[in-house]
Parts: sequence; structure tokens; C-alpha cells
Amino acid sequence: MRKTGVGTYAGFIVILVWCLLPIAWIVSLSFKSLAETTTGSAHFLPQDATWDNYKVLLGMTSDKSTSHDFLAALRNSFGISIIATILAVLIATLAAYAIARLEFKGKRLVLSLALAIAMFPVVSLVGPLFDMWRTFHLFNTWPGLIIPYMTFTLPLAIWTLSAFFREIPWEMEQAAQVDGATSWQAFRKVIVPLAAPGVFTAAILTFFFAWNEFVLAISLTSTTSTRTVPAQMSYFVGPDPFNPPYSQLATASVIVTIPVIVIVLLFQRRIVAGLTSGAVKG
Amino acid sequence: MTATTIPRETTKAAPPHLSDRSVAENRLGQKLVAPALILMVLVTAYPMLQALYLSLFRYRLTTPDDKGFVGLGNYVTILSDSLFWKDTFNTVLIMVVTVAVELVIGFAFAMVMHRIIFARGVMRTAILIPYGIITVVSAFAWQFTFSINNGWVNSWFSWLPGISASTNWYGDHWHAMFAIMVSEIWKTTPFMALLLLAGLSQVSEDMLEAAKVDGATASQRLFKVILPNMRAAIMVAVLFRALDAFRIFDNIFIMTKGAQNTESSSFLTYRQAIEQFQLGMGSALSVLLFLTVLLLAWLIVKFFRVDLAQARGEG
Repeated sequence: MRKTGVGTYAGFIVILVWCLLPIAWIVSLSFKSLAETTTGSAHFLPQDATWDNYKVLLGMTSDKSTSHDFLAALRNSFGISIIATILAVLIATLAAYAIARLEFKGKRLVLSLALAIAMFPVVSLVGPLFDMWRTFHLFNTWPGLIIPYMTFTLPLAIWTLSAFFREIPWEMEQAAQVDGATSWQAFRKVIVPLAAPGVFTAAILTFFFAWNEFVLAISLTSTTSTRTVPAQMSYFVGPDPFNPPYSQLATASVIVTIPVIVIVLLFQRRIVAGLTSGAVKG
Repeated sequence: MTATTIPRETTKAAPPHLSDRSVAENRLGQKLVAPALILMVLVTAYPMLQALYLSLFRYRLTTPDDKGFVGLGNYVTILSDSLFWKDTFNTVLIMVVTVAVELVIGFAFAMVMHRIIFARGVMRTAILIPYGIITVVSAFAWQFTFSINNGWVNSWFSWLPGISASTNWYGDHWHAMFAIMVSEIWKTTPFMALLLLAGLSQVSEDMLEAAKVDGATASQRLFKVILPNMRAAIMVAVLFRALDAFRIFDNIFIMTKGAQNTESSSFLTYRQAIEQFQLGMGSALSVLLFLTVLLLAWLIVKFFRVDLAQARGEG
């Protein structure tokens, strides 16, 4: 019944260009030689495409100083993001189940706190956290970033999950309970398998947050042993601060964007469902 | 955001066991939320109280022995400093402009995504890339785009008045602000579009059809049928994005480092607390930033509620 008009086709092209042009741009930059970007080039496409930047960053040349820092940052980013995601989703799953299914005192408190944290300007915590983390010896450690990442992703994870949990057929849990299962068994054996897709979606959104985070990453770390990729990239200015190594920064950008693109390609439908689930219902 | 906070009514069946069960349910519920609650209190509420306390002191890490109680002195210093107001103005300006532009472009994108019947997967994938990409990467991509010797803006748009091969986008305040806003808008419009799309798909097709039959023009259908029916989705999108835009930090840090007066409130707070080790002053800025965000949230919610009530009154 709905027909696709010329406007829609045009809009489709505009959206594709909008979303992909900057990506094409950093990919193109990453294939330019360092010499080309240092002297400056007004061309969009590389004049003489080369894999050199990838070789330098991934440690396939004799000079390992750049690749050493970058690969360490990549390791930190993956490690910290994955651990924070698993822990946050675990804790959020428990909380979201309780919020979606159970009546208990303190529910409003948890929800208001989650709401407050979601609007919270993260930067207003860096000062006190910096001070506390030095006292607890958490400054410049993995847990020092994992703990705040878990906390700041909890609200999003709790919303997404409780929205998914409300879609799960309630009767199945009751049926299990009628058959003699306790609340806990009903949760573990019936709800968990049904909730797995929702949990997975929450995990993707949480991972994106941790992978992206920058303020805490530069404030609570001081060496390459803990700096994540965004933090490391902001320090990666090369020998001449007035002329940053454009093509190498673009290469680093492309490499850290690959996981994002892979996740988006595989799970686009779920991500959209997760992003909009909390927003429209009710 | 508040949508999921509505407690679901329970459908418990057996009245004789109600009290026993509800006691057990209460206990289980509290046990399940305990880890989340403890974590949130320890990592946010406690440091925030710590900030409140530290904000009353003269406390610089480089001179820890000089720590002393100054009462509201830090607040007086900040509120009487023109830099604080300049940065607040920058932040509010960035927030208002980016959210307004995103609302318009995001709505246009949502319309296209709603109407399109082919390549929906391609479109969804494309639109999620700016959402998922690291903000620092987006900031670098746009910094290079506007770069005077490597970017393509100057060569592609030199036919526009005011842009030439020698336009230095980081040379003055307004050009730099423009570049920062473009980066912010590019990255977050898709999120806005997805939220609006969700709202759009809830507008009844029958109602639109009826309006069409009754002779409503396209713009009448948009302003009298579609938009009023999307108020809730628009409110959520604006609230989310406005609070998020107010926290702007990454883009400015990467693109200008605050040069040309492009500093935001978040950047100022970061600079005081982390770069200059001014924990007392930094904490006072943290508290002010937090209060501003609360005020902002309250204003947006209030503003839209009034609107909603009016819409209902009219309808």
C-alpha cells in the first residue's frame, strides 16, 4: 500500500552518505602515507595507497615503539570492556528481574538512583574518584576503570533488561512454580533461557559504552599499562605536536572501529530493539 | 526513560498464601537488587558526597599541607569568574543547537526509515555505525575533515561564500564551534532518529488515512496528526540527548583542546580537578555541574509535561 516515492529514495541515499562518508574518509586517510598527510593533501583519496600505517601500528616493522603502545591499549580496551560488560550484565539481570517481576520495598529507590546516574555528568565524579582511587590503590589499574564502567552502564542495562523481561510470558514462570519450583528455580530454569536474547542485547549496549568511554579513561589512568584506546589515541601526537600523524591516527581509528562494525552487522536488529525498548513502551 | 519504571501489577493467584509469599518475594527482590544498589551508591553517591565536602576546602594535591576550610569560598570564586559563565554559555549553546538540528534531521531520517520498503537491513546497519563508533574516533575524523591542509571541506565547499582553501576552522571561536557541533550532530543524530522512528511506528496508519480522506494536506497531517501523537517519543529523545549533549567533552578535547574559547563545563571541571590537581575547586565545579544537569532535567520534563497537558486539552 505504501509506495516508495522519489523523496524516500533520495532520503535513503542521503542517510547512507551521511553515515558512511566519514568512515570512508578515515579509511582513505589510513591508506595515505605519513609523508602525504604531513605535507598536506587536498585529495580525498590517497595518491599512493599503502599498507605502511597498518604495518607500523600492528608491529610488523622493525620500530615497535608505536605498535607497542597501540597494541597494549587495544588489549586494555578489550579486557576492560569485556570484563565490565559481563559483570554489569550479570548484576543488571538480577536487578531487572526483581524490578520486572517482584514487589519489594526499595524498588523506587533503585529506579530513581538508576535514573539519576543515567543523567549524571560523569565528569563531575572524576575529581572525587581520582582522590578515592589513589587512597584505595585503584588508580591506574584495570579494576579502577572496570568498577565505574559497570556502575555507569547499570542503568541502561537495567532498563533494557526489564523492558525485555516484561515481554516474557509470565504464565510460564507461574506454571513452573505450580509444578513446585521455588522463585529462584523458576528464575534460573525458565526465565534465563527466555531472557537470553535480551541479556545479549544489554551486553552489546554495555560493551559499546565501555569501548567508547573517554573521560574516566584519561582521568583514572597514567600509563600505557592501563590506558584504553580512546585515551591512548588522545596522547598519540607523534614527535611534532603541531602536526599530528594524521594517517596513523586514522589507521588506529579504523582498527578500533572494526569491532563496532562487526557487532553492528551481526546484531543490528537486536541493537535497535534494545535502544528503543525502554523509550516507547508506556 | 521513565517508561520502564512503572511497576508491573503482579498477578498473584493464591490469596491464602499471599502474606508468606509476599514476605519471601520482598526478601528475594531486595537480595537481587542489592549488588546493583551497593555498586551505584559506592561509586556515585559516595563520591558525590565526598565532592560536596571537598568543595568547601582549599585543597590542591601539589600543596596538600595547605588544605584549609574555606566555606563557600570556592563557589564564590567560580560564580564570579567570567570563564565559568563563558563555558556554561558554550555548553548551553552547543546543547540547544545540536539537539534542535538533530531533532529536525533525525525526524527526516526517521520518516525515510519508516517509509522505506527495501534495504532496511542496510539502512539499519548504516545508521548504527555513527551510534556505535567511538566518540574520540568521530572527533578525529571530523577534525581531519575540517583540517586546513588535509581536509576536504575547504576544497569541496569552496563555492560557498565564506569558505576558501585557506579557511582555518580552528582559527577562531565560531568556526571551531561549528566544527565541534558538526561532529556531535553526526555522531548522535542516528540515535535520535531511532528513538523517533519508534515513536513514528506507533502513530496509527488508520488515523493518517482518515485525515487524508478528510482532505488534510501533507503538512497538516504532519503537524496535526503525526507530531502530536509522537509527543512522548519526542520528549524522551530530547531529554536523553539534551542531557547527553550538556556533558560534551570528548569532541572538544580532541578537536580543539578548548582553544578559541570552545571549552565546555565538563572540560573546565576536568581541567581543574585532573590537570591542575585543584580538588577543592574541581569538586565545587562538579557540584555545580551536577546541579545544572538536575535543573535542566527538571526544566525539560516540566516544559514537556505542560505541553502534553495542553495537547490533551486541545485534542
